[in-house]
Amino acid sequence: MTKKRFNILEHELVPEHIVLSKEEAEKVLEHYNIKPEKLPKILASDPVVRTINAKPGDIIKIIRKSRTAKKAVSYRVVVEETTAPTLMKK
Amino acid sequence: MVEATNDSVVKKMEKILQKKNGFLPYYIQELLAQKIVEKGLEKDVEDVVDRALEQYNKNMVDPAEACGIVAAQSIGEPGTQMTMRTFHYAGVAEINVTLGLPRLIEIVDARSTPSTPVMTVYLEGAYRVNADLAQKAANQIEITRLQDIATIDIDIENLMIYVILDEKSMQRKDITKEDVIEKIKKMRKVGVEDDKERLKVTLEEPGYKNLMLTVESLKKLKIKGIDGIERVIIRKEPNEGYVIYTEGSNFEDVLNIEGVDASRTKTNDIQSVANVLGIEAARNMIISEAHDTLSEQGLHVDIRHIMLVADIMTVDGTVRAIGRHGISGEKSSVLSRAAFEITVNHLLRASKRGEVDKLQGVAENIIVGQPVSIGTGAVKLIMGTQRRKK
Repeated sequence: MTKKRFNILEHELVPEHIVLSKEEAEKVLEHYNIKPEKLPKILASDPVVRTINAKPGDIIKIIRKSRTAKKAVSYRVVVEETTAPTLMKK
Repeated sequence: MVEATNDSVVKKMEKILQKKNGFLPYYIQELLAQKIVEKGLEKDVEDVVDRALEQYNKNMVDPAEACGIVAAQSIGEPGTQMTMRTFHYAGVAEINVTLGLPRLIEIVDARSTPSTPVMTVYLEGAYRVNADLAQKAANQIEITRLQDIATIDIDIENLMIYVILDEKSMQRKDITKEDVIEKIKKMRKVGVEDDKERLKVTLEEPGYKNLMLTVESLKKLKIKGIDGIERVIIRKEPNEGYVIYTEGSNFEDVLNIEGVDASRTKTNDIQSVANVLGIEAARNMIISEAHDTLSEQGLHVDIRHIMLVADIMTVDGTVRAIGRHGISGEKSSVLSRAAFEITVNHLLRASKRGEVDKLQGVAENIIVGQPVSIGTGAVKLIMGTQRRKK
């Protein structure tokens, strides 16, 4: 087998992931008026997170190709491991 | 030229939206920009944005709307019309794919492996047009065992095994005698000798039982290919060239094969997509797989419902099932969990641990006979009785 290493960021299923700077992250949290733990999560061991070198606590901006809006922005916070689900908690 | 102006109008709109602290989806902005350029309304962009915002906000889902329940019903009702058991040969001859209701259940249950894993492997460059190269790539992918390219004879008297190689199938699979010898050498406690048309395999610890065991493992010995991929089919597709369809899936290894267009190659194994490409790719997969499964059966479910399901399944960074073992089993409210499934177990465990239920969800409030906190019930508004007296 040849040693070809595929860059997963090029796969059509993987949307664009951008690590936000501290200021940008704060702006996002302020805009939604939430704390970071209320954001959807992404594991630090996620292949994309490892490729773009994000650290736990970082907020990642995801530009998805949406079927309804063509382009949709979403955010995820990098976490060490899955915490108890925050669903239905207020 | 038109493109450029469209873009500039979109930019202008974005600025206005930022100023107004409003939000319009990108697609709507694009459509508006197109219309504005068409009608020559560049001066009135702000007015257009105002009206669009007004309409957009009016048509948005209301706050505290129970969108999850709407989604569940919207997928559930067409689901009742789905064929219970379909083993359909989806587009490709001979490859069996689970479709219909069983497949939909598989997706929402987030099974670790689908019952019929398949892959669609696209090729790149010359591999796409050249049949020989396509076959070569397919050979790299399909698993070839020793029994596929050779007959195995047992010599019980001398406790030896003869491997008689079949030149024709070896040539077709692109395997040399040396390859085979190499692979057999790697097996434990056997020796190989090249004996013209055949290979002599000797045992280090001769014995009848050992002989039989060795024959079995020789038959299954992997000579070439990727683990998990049992069969491949090469087809020529219009506007595409050669495409390889596989039965069995091993996403990670296939992506690194020479000639494979990794950026388009697909599998139906959602968990392996999550492991290889990350949670966002898995979310995309859930949406497209669920949507395709439904529309293949002629059912049209608004994609937004499916997107909501996919979002919930992937909120915590891993792919979770909807149901007892996933989302619903981990809700924080005891009563809600008890109302869903295995009531007694949940109540028993909760009483042992001394859990508290704050009655914030729907099921809990129905149990105790209070208004639920969705829709109009979500608003806590009490008229000041003191003030009324004044």
